[in-house]
Amino acid sequence: MVAQVDIGEYKYGFHDTEDYVYKSEKGLSRKVVENISHMKSEPDWMREFRLKSLDHFEKRPMPNWGSPVLHELDFDDIYYYIKPSDSIGKTWDEVPAYIKDTFEKLGIPEAERKFLAGVGAQYESEVIYHSLREDLEQQGVIFLDMDSAVRDHPDIVKQYFGTIIPYADNKFAALNSATWSGGSFVYVPEGVRVEVPLQAYFRINAENMGQFERTLIIAAPGSYVHYVEGCTAPTYTTDSLHSAVVEIVVQEGARVRYTTIQNWSKNVYNLVTKRAAAYKDATMEWVDGNLGSKVTMKYPAVWMMEPGARGEVLSVAFAGDGQHQDAGAKMVHAAPNTSSQITSKSISKGTGRSSYRGLVKVHKGAENVKSNVVCDALLLDETSKTDTYPYMEIEEERVSIGHEATVSKVAEEQIFYLKSRGLNETEAMSMIVNGFIEPIAKELPLEYAVELNRLIQLEMEGSVG
Amino acid sequence: MFEIENLHASIDDKEILAGVDLTVNAGEVHAIMGPNGSGKSTLANVLAGNPAYEVTEGSARFFGADILELAPEERAHLGIFLAFQYPTVIPGVSMANFLRMAVTNTKKARAAQSGGEVVPFTPREFRRLMKEKMALLHMDDSFATRYLNEGFSGGEKKRAEILQLALLEPTLAILDETDSGLDIDALRVVSQGVNNLMNANMGMLLITHYQRLLNYITPHFVHIMMGGRVVQSGGPELAHELESKGYEKLKAEFIAA
Repeated sequence: MVAQVDIGEYKYGFHDTEDYVYKSEKGLSRKVVENISHMKSEPDWMREFRLKSLDHFEKRPMPNWGSPVLHELDFDDIYYYIKPSDSIGKTWDEVPAYIKDTFEKLGIPEAERKFLAGVGAQYESEVIYHSLREDLEQQGVIFLDMDSAVRDHPDIVKQYFGTIIPYADNKFAALNSATWSGGSFVYVPEGVRVEVPLQAYFRINAENMGQFERTLIIAAPGSYVHYVEGCTAPTYTTDSLHSAVVEIVVQEGARVRYTTIQNWSKNVYNLVTKRAAAYKDATMEWVDGNLGSKVTMKYPAVWMMEPGARGEVLSVAFAGDGQHQDAGAKMVHAAPNTSSQITSKSISKGTGRSSYRGLVKVHKGAENVKSNVVCDALLLDETSKTDTYPYMEIEEERVSIGHEATVSKVAEEQIFYLKSRGLNETEAMSMIVNGFIEPIAKELPLEYAVELNRLIQLEMEGSVG
Repeated sequence: MFEIENLHASIDDKEILAGVDLTVNAGEVHAIMGPNGSGKSTLANVLAGNPAYEVTEGSARFFGADILELAPEERAHLGIFLAFQYPTVIPGVSMANFLRMAVTNTKKARAAQSGGEVVPFTPREFRRLMKEKMALLHMDDSFATRYLNEGFSGGEKKRAEILQLALLEPTLAILDETDSGLDIDALRVVSQGVNNLMNANMGMLLITHYQRLLNYITPHFVHIMMGGRVVQSGGPELAHELESKGYEKLKAEFIAA
C-alpha cells in the first residue's frame, strides 16, 4: 500500500475533488430511479424491476432489530447516483488520472500485477476499470461490471438476477434493486477452475454518497472461483450509505469462495444482503471480514438446495470506538445430506459493540443434516460490548446440530507475559487479537491474511495507553 | 550487578514481601528456597514487573539503576528475564512468530541503548537459530508451529520457557519453580539446558521448593525465604540441611532464634 498517513488513524480517509460527468440530486424519488435507468439505456424489464423495487422500499418499514442507530439514517440526505466518468478503462491509463491515483494509493494495480486474475474497480456508482487475464477469457470466463452484463449477456442475467435475493426480501435489498449501479458479473463455465482470485474494489469518494453495487456470480457445474472484494471511503462527519446485493449460484459440484475485507470509514452505514444457492454437492464459502463502517448489518447466507451441498461462513468483526458490527450468517438446509459450518470471531474495543446474529434452518424432510456453529467474542476492555442472537429453526429430527459460544476478555496475565518478553502494550494486544482470529486468517490467501493483520494492528495502535 | 534492598510488596493491600535483601553478581547462581507462601514467587513477579503487585518500599538496582518503576518490557529490554512458574496460554500465536517478535524487539531495544545498529533476522535465519536452541532442549521441530503454551504438558511449558531464555540471552535470569511438574528425564534435560546457558556475564535466581533441582544445577549461594524475607543464606550445603531437617524444623529454629 502506498498511502502514508499517521499510524493509528484510518489510512484511507482522504478524498478527491469531485469532477463528475453526472451527479443526481440528493434524495430518492421515482425520477431519480428512472434517470439511472435512462442513463444506462436499460431494457424495459430492468426499468420496471427498479420501479417495483422502489415501491416496495417505500412501503416497507425499517427493521426494528439490529443497530439502534439505524433510524438515524436519513434517506433524503444521500446522493443515489454519481457517474464519475464516461467509460470503463481496460488499462489503468484509460482511467481519469485522479481516480487512478486513488486506486494506486489503495494498492490495487500493484496487487493486480502480483496475484490477481482479474480486477474490477468501482468509484462512486460506476465501475471505472475492468480487466481479466486473457487465458481465462479464452476459457469462457466472463468477468464484467454488472451494467455491461445486462447489455451484453441479457439472457443469462435475466434468468438469475433477483432470483436468489428477490427485491422484496428486505428493505435494503429493495433499495438496492431500485438504485443499483455497478458491481460485478461473473460466469465460470463448466469445469473451469479459476485458480487465482478475481478482485473487485469499491471506493466511495463523495460526501453523503450512497453506493449500491449489485453482484451476480454463476459457477457452472464442476467449476471453481475465488472472488474477493475490498472497500474504503473518505472520512466525513456526515453519514454515507453502502447497500449492496450479492447473489451467487453454485451449480452441481462447483465451489465458490467469496472473501470480503470491509474497511469503510467510520461514517458509513453498511447494510448488505448476500446469499448463495448451492446445488448438488456444491460448496459455498463466505469469508467475511468487517473492520470498518459505523454500522454493519450483514449475514451472508447459503441456501443448500440439493443433497450434498455444503455451506461455510468464516466471519471476523472488529468493533472499535463508535462502531457496531452486527454480523453473522444464515444457513438454510432445504435438502437432505447437506452440511454447514459457521465460525464467527468478534473483537470489541472502547465503545465498540459486536453482535453475532445467525440462523440455522433445517426444512422438514432434510434428513442427515449436519450444522455446527462456533462463535467467540473477545473484549479488549471494560467498556466494549458483545451479544449473540443465535436462531435455530429445526423442522427435522434426524439432524446433528452443534452450537458453541464463548466470550473472553484479554487477561492481564497474558499482557504481562508478553510484556515480560519485550513487547509493549500495543504489540501485546495486537498479538493476542491476531492469535484470536488466526483460525480465520489462515484460511485467507497470504496477501489478505497479511492485510487483515495489518488492519487490526492499525486499529490497535493509538488506542491503548 | 543486581542489588535488592529492603523490598516490600503487597497484593490487595496484603503484604507479601517484608523487606527482602539480596545481591547477585555476574556469574553467580543463587537458589531461593522456602515453604509455600513464603513470598518466593512474589519476589520473582515483582522483579519482572507484574502489575498485580504493588511495591511499597525498597529498591532493586540493576547495574546501579532502580528498575522498580520500569514497565515489564523495559526490564526485559535491559536483560531481565523471568521463566514463569505458570506460563500463560496465548491461543492462535505460534511459538515461532512469538519468539521472532520477542527476540527482534529485544535486540532492537538493546541496540538503541548501546547506540548500535540492529540487523533484523530474516525469517530463515531466525528459524535456524530457533532450531539450534530447540535441539539443545531436545524439543521437536513441531514446537515452532504450535500455539504458545496451548495444550502444552507441564514439561513442555517449562522447556518452552527455557527456550525463551536461550533466545533472549538475558543478563539476569529468574527461574520460578522451573522444576515443578517435570519428570526426572525432563528435569535432567532442562537443567542441562540451563547449565549450558549460564555464563560469566549472567546472574541467576533459581526459585525452588525442593532440593532436587539443585542436584542438577549447583548454586553458589542458597537463601531461605520465610514470611516475606530472606532468613538465612549460605552455600550449597544449606540446601542439604534443609532437605534433611525440613521447613518445619527450620521454621521452629528460626522462630526460636
